[in-house]
Amino acid sequence: MKYGTKIRESLPRRIFLAVNAVVLGLVGFCCLAPMWHVFCCSISNPSVLARTGGFHLIPIAPFSFAGYEAVFGYRNILTGYLNTLFYVVFGVALNLLLTVPCAYVLSRKRFLPAGAVMMFMVFTMLFSGGLIPTYLVFVKLGLINTRLSILLCTAFSTFNMVILRTSFMGLPDALEESARLDGANDLQIMVRIILPLSKASLAVITLFVAVGIWNSWFTSAIYLMDRSKWPIQLFLREVLINNSQKSLESGVKASAESLQTLVKYAITVVATLPILCIYPFAQRHFVKGVMIGSIKG
Amino acid sequence: MTSISPAKKRKHGGRLILNYRQNRLLYWMLLPSVVYVLIFNYLPMAGLAMAFQDYSLTRGIFGSKWVGLKNFQDFFSGIYFARTLTNTLILSLLDLLICFPAPIVLALMLNEVQHAGYKKLVQTVSYIPHFISMVVVAGLIKEFTNSTGVIASIVKVFGGTPRSYISLPQYFRSIFTISQVWQTIGFNSIVFLAALSGIDQELYDAAKIDGANHIQQTWHVTLPGIASTIIIMLILRCGAIMNVNFEKVLLLYSPSTYETADVISTYVYRVGIVKQKIGYSTAVGLFNSVVSLALVLTANKLSRTYTDSSMF
Repeated sequence: MKYGTKIRESLPRRIFLAVNAVVLGLVGFCCLAPMWHVFCCSISNPSVLARTGGFHLIPIAPFSFAGYEAVFGYRNILTGYLNTLFYVVFGVALNLLLTVPCAYVLSRKRFLPAGAVMMFMVFTMLFSGGLIPTYLVFVKLGLINTRLSILLCTAFSTFNMVILRTSFMGLPDALEESARLDGANDLQIMVRIILPLSKASLAVITLFVAVGIWNSWFTSAIYLMDRSKWPIQLFLREVLINNSQKSLESGVKASAESLQTLVKYAITVVATLPILCIYPFAQRHFVKGVMIGSIKG
Repeated sequence: MTSISPAKKRKHGGRLILNYRQNRLLYWMLLPSVVYVLIFNYLPMAGLAMAFQDYSLTRGIFGSKWVGLKNFQDFFSGIYFARTLTNTLILSLLDLLICFPAPIVLALMLNEVQHAGYKKLVQTVSYIPHFISMVVVAGLIKEFTNSTGVIASIVKVFGGTPRSYISLPQYFRSIFTISQVWQTIGFNSIVFLAALSGIDQELYDAAKIDGANHIQQTWHVTLPGIASTIIIMLILRCGAIMNVNFEKVLLLYSPSTYETADVISTYVYRVGIVKQKIGYSTAVGLFNSVVSLALVLTANKLSRTYTDSSMF
């Protein structure tokens, strides 16, 4: 009778809920704060910022957009940005071109060797040749210092293929059968029937691949020598990690040291913002994209 | 069961040919990805033969001298073996103990929130770190932990001497692990939240009727409800024990912190790509891959034996 008649939550329960909400608020704050700090610094007054350092949740007045003006004046940064866009656009296209048909074929019951091919693919998730042998394959194929090497690194993802395959297998067989009766071939079935019904999974995978390419730096660091082919992340590494001003050479104007601090923040914002703007739109589909239990079977 | 007769075998091969004739296009659509995986996944595996060679780039894999297990002996008897293995294991165990449970706790906490809008807000914000590039994250860590950074100024307030923590070996593991929690807690909670939403609501009603309070409900309904997801994630995590977030270590470490920061994969990178000692670094990498494979198979087997969940 203690439990049945109550409408309001008990006092300990209410205390728990309040504490829970506060702790979650703090977690949220911690996740947001570092990037907010970077943004605030990027529009702060350069000379005060360079003198004080520390953590800023409010930009230091008077606001200055000199950092952003400077960023777009550096040729290197612009090159990096355009290169990154190139790698993302063509890399995603190539990845989908390889991953989607593979997932489609392996999801068809009519395809006899599906089980064997699946094992062939999934084994690569458990064991790999590792960094050096892979690097040597690229060397021997003459891919070093080519843009193609970067596109090829991300051209196929077994993990995404498995997720897509599971999503394709969930669609009713009747759809395919009626299309086949109407004379559609497999390419047509995939493009006109299966893909439009799997938009959510496709959107998530596209986003994950795009973000992965946008943020990648290591493969470019080992495969690319020419700075003219570098993605933005490598220039960022020079500025943020190696503390080198080399990326900021050949700027339109010789910049004061204080301005360079500002530029550091501005570049970070410019290189991160596109992704932070895109992800909220796909996030309701994330659950589909991270379904890992689906590997079974 | 009877053994397969040659005639039956031929029939099986015949079935494959028949299947190809009926579904030609399917086979052709699969071809590009199979070729890709052969070249970029299986060819490097064949290249692992270099681990047993005194490999020279000019002579190639067929012309280089075979040295048996010499590369492995060199690694196991050198000073780097103990150091890189210890560092790899410690960073991984910290990850397993702290970064692995954190998203589960977050998911359980989010699950208790009754205000849908607030829950959504916290979730969305907590995904942000996952989308920030490793280079930027490493840049932030360096900024916050240097001698004029946030950590240093907090220490100063409490009367300590501010230092450049990222360049001191004794702080590397803490910095690495804490930032790792920050990077992964939100995004990794998604899969647990999905599992939580899949729990049958009637189970809670039944538990309430039996007089279970909230803690008992969490213990007897919620946790068993997401146990299989936790186990599968744990298997995956165990398989990755040897693969510490190597790109992050590479960006954060420096010769002054090698002592606690240098892991097997960063060592492979330095010796193989930078110093071009191909055969030796392949051997070190192979050691890493073999241990990884053994770990994931063991974890899977244990889980299949003691629980109902397994990955394959």
